[in-house]
Amino acid sequence: MTDAPRDISERRLRRRHAAEARFRLYGQLAIVIALGFLVVLLARVVQQGYSVFWTHSITTSVYLDPARIDRTDLEGVNFDYLAAQNLLRRLKVQDDDLGLASGEAMDLVSRDLGYRILDAIKKDPSVIGKTLTFTVPVKANADLYYKGQIERATPASDRKLTDRQLDWLDRLKAEGVVRSHFNADFFTRSDSTEPEQAGVLGAVVGSALMLLVAALIAVPIGVLAAVWLEEFAPRGRISGFIEVNINNLAAVPSIVYGLLGLVLFINWLGFPRSAPLTGGMVLALMSLPTIIIATRAALKAVPPSIREAALGMGASRNQTVFHHVLPQAAPGVMTGIILSMAHALGETAPLLMIGMVAFTPGLPESLASAASVLPVQVFIWENAAEAAFHERTAGAIIVLLVFMILMNATAVILRRRFEKRW
Amino acid sequence: MAAAQDLPEGTPLPHDAQLRPPAVAAHTPVANAGVKIRCDKVSAYYGDKQALHDITLDIPDRAVTAFIGPSGCGKSTFLRCINRMNDTIPGARVTGRIEIDGQDVNDRSVDPVVLRSRVGMVFQKPNPFPKSIFENVAYGPRIHGLAAGKAELEGIVEASLKKAGLWGEVSDRLHQSGSSLSGGQQQRLVIARAIAVQPRVILMDEPCSALDPIATARIEELIDELRRQYCIVIVTHSMAQAARVSQRTAFFHLGELVEEGSTEEIFTNPRETRTQDYITGRFG
Amino acid sequence: MQQHIVTSYEEELNHLTAEVARMGGLAEAQVADAVNAFARRDVALAAAIVERDQRLDALELEIERAAIRLIALRQPMAVDLRRTVAAMKIASNLERCGDLAKNIAKRSLVLAETDPAGPVTRSIERMGKLVSSRLKDVLDAYTSSELAGATAVWTRDDEVDEHYESLFRELLTYMMGDPRTITPGAHLLFVAKNLERIGDHATNIAEIVHYEITGEELAAAARPKTDALTRAETP
Repeated sequence: MTDAPRDISERRLRRRHAAEARFRLYGQLAIVIALGFLVVLLARVVQQGYSVFWTHSITTSVYLDPARIDRTDLEGVNFDYLAAQNLLRRLKVQDDDLGLASGEAMDLVSRDLGYRILDAIKKDPSVIGKTLTFTVPVKANADLYYKGQIERATPASDRKLTDRQLDWLDRLKAEGVVRSHFNADFFTRSDSTEPEQAGVLGAVVGSALMLLVAALIAVPIGVLAAVWLEEFAPRGRISGFIEVNINNLAAVPSIVYGLLGLVLFINWLGFPRSAPLTGGMVLALMSLPTIIIATRAALKAVPPSIREAALGMGASRNQTVFHHVLPQAAPGVMTGIILSMAHALGETAPLLMIGMVAFTPGLPESLASAASVLPVQVFIWENAAEAAFHERTAGAIIVLLVFMILMNATAVILRRRFEKRW
Repeated sequence: MAAAQDLPEGTPLPHDAQLRPPAVAAHTPVANAGVKIRCDKVSAYYGDKQALHDITLDIPDRAVTAFIGPSGCGKSTFLRCINRMNDTIPGARVTGRIEIDGQDVNDRSVDPVVLRSRVGMVFQKPNPFPKSIFENVAYGPRIHGLAAGKAELEGIVEASLKKAGLWGEVSDRLHQSGSSLSGGQQQRLVIARAIAVQPRVILMDEPCSALDPIATARIEELIDELRRQYCIVIVTHSMAQAARVSQRTAFFHLGELVEEGSTEEIFTNPRETRTQDYITGRFG
Repeated sequence: MQQHIVTSYEEELNHLTAEVARMGGLAEAQVADAVNAFARRDVALAAAIVERDQRLDALELEIERAAIRLIALRQPMAVDLRRTVAAMKIASNLERCGDLAKNIAKRSLVLAETDPAGPVTRSIERMGKLVSSRLKDVLDAYTSSELAGATAVWTRDDEVDEHYESLFRELLTYMMGDPRTITPGAHLLFVAKNLERIGDHATNIAEIVHYEITGEELAAAARPKTDALTRAETP
């Protein structure tokens, strides 16, 4: 008699357990898939970009033939050609009439050599007539060959380097004048048309300046606006209206902010294009809603008992907010700021709209001078023709990711530190 | 050193002084100190809903007055009218006259911020600031400019903590967080904080409801000591506590002041049936 | 009056009152029987009264315990507190009444051996009936929580005293006249004294009932005073 209901309840129990187990499985599956995508993405980027962190340099000596150097017009001298001829002599190759050999030799060494020679002569004109030794990076294609990305197996017509050039490269390597080392240039130089001379420094500095401008504008305005909205504004239709609009603004596509920047800052107010100042202001506008929302959430999370305690002591509204509520909300506010800044760091579309896509070699001198930023740099390099830029693109992405991870980590650490205190 | 037997019978020994229940002398009123707070036809509204109906009541100085009544009867609302904490609630409106030392608290010339430094408040759940113990007590004197220098501030903090009976327990850890204390200690800290600004009146909204019996007893002992100096008004759900701690009791029901009188009278022989029904547990 | 929200509290209070009423009935019976036993020289009844007294004592103990329990566990307030304390005090008074009735019965046993004293006995019987009826009245007032009855008993408390005064003088006269009447006379005096004491207890109970109902004590000064010889006109 009593077995029947027990049987039914047992079956139901088993079904419930099965359902729970399935649900757990789905959850784990979802996490695995999400992590899987992340892993695939990172692996791809790292695989493409890790090779940028080392490069090859060649040590070559150049005889500064006084007969070939016109002291009155140093800028006009083709030092690269001079160096190439030196190289041919070393390789015991005779240049042909068309100068193809020296052309091919020039193609193996970075044009940086020419500038270095020029600088050396300018510093000390007495070196003319002497033989100087320089260590300069090899040209991009030669570097790619050494890294194995250009292969002999490919038919010569499809290759960027001729067979002869490949032979020379092999010989130079065998003779020991070519060394591979950490590519410090990638971090110390700015953009350049020559891949081997291109680095991310300019972009990093540009990004940093831009973030600084964005932070200096968005943080005070955003935090104070949120404080006013949350603590002081009378509740009613108007504040509800404002809240809805801020939420909507946070969802507006970033390229619209770029358009706004273009129309407002550049066309109407006449700010310089492609400058960290303009970019910073556009990003400030974009980050403002997010900062306001995060700050408001942090303020809401402060228990009302603290406000009551302060008010009950005879603290004014201002004192209550700035002595008690805001410090208590600080971890949340800071996290919001750092996260929105990290987000702004990676924004590309609005910056493209305001013209930050120009080629800017060298570091920006001021906030108003042209600069590049990391994500835009990635964009530019990705579209470049040279094969060597590909690894640089991936390398720049890695730098960008590291930057963002550092900012997020800072957010977490700062938050933990403040929360631990009280 | 005198042996324990030499002390007169009934003298509390130091180690059990804290655990004795409040003395019987609690109900002897301090020599009549006059009326501190005068309330005349006070009504309060939350939007359209009327929470208090024409409350007229005199609250004496240097005594504890207890407000009792079932939930939602308006006693907390009335308490918060005295220090204008209802101003912070949007839609709250108060009519009528509340005079403290002869001055109407709702008068335009009265700044609620200054008022609240003269009328301290202790809440149901202990709410020390998330700062150090020292900072908690020092905050009030600091913002009201009561201390000329650091030494004076430290003196005020020490005196307030001593008055609240907390000094002995925290003097060696003043810079630890206020929330590292137990519930009862936190409530005493909050009381010290309220005392530090030298109020004239101390309002307490169910100060012991979150505390265990021993912590409650300590707070009641503290109230008994404080009432010799301050006018104290306490809202409580526990009639036994009102009976133990107060000299005068006011019974509220549905926003009205039903009866008010000496605590002894109210609890042995109340005039109104509603009062009697409430205190004997016949409400239903 | 409304019921307590907690019904067991209500029941405990009612039980206490009921027990006091029961004790009252028993005490009343004891007093009435003692007067009868005395008047009719009923030895068997007197013996029974002496024996029944222990029931009264036991009841008093029970009522005291119940009251203390109620105070400890329920912390009664206002009318409930007065009711509990009243129950205790009335029980104590009733127990004394019982003891006095027992004493009367004991003396009746002795007096039954002697010659009946005639008019004095009838006087004492009248006094006894008066006291008995006062006790009954006040206990009725208690059971029905009726203030007027209690106040009436309290106001007329010198009736009994007057009876006693005159009986006292009468007995003294007899004893002074005939030394053979001293022994029975002394017993009769004690019986009269006991009855007077029972009358006082009834007055006490009236005061207690008044306090329980109104929460105010009856002031002796408010009682209309009579001179020793004439009966008071109650206002």
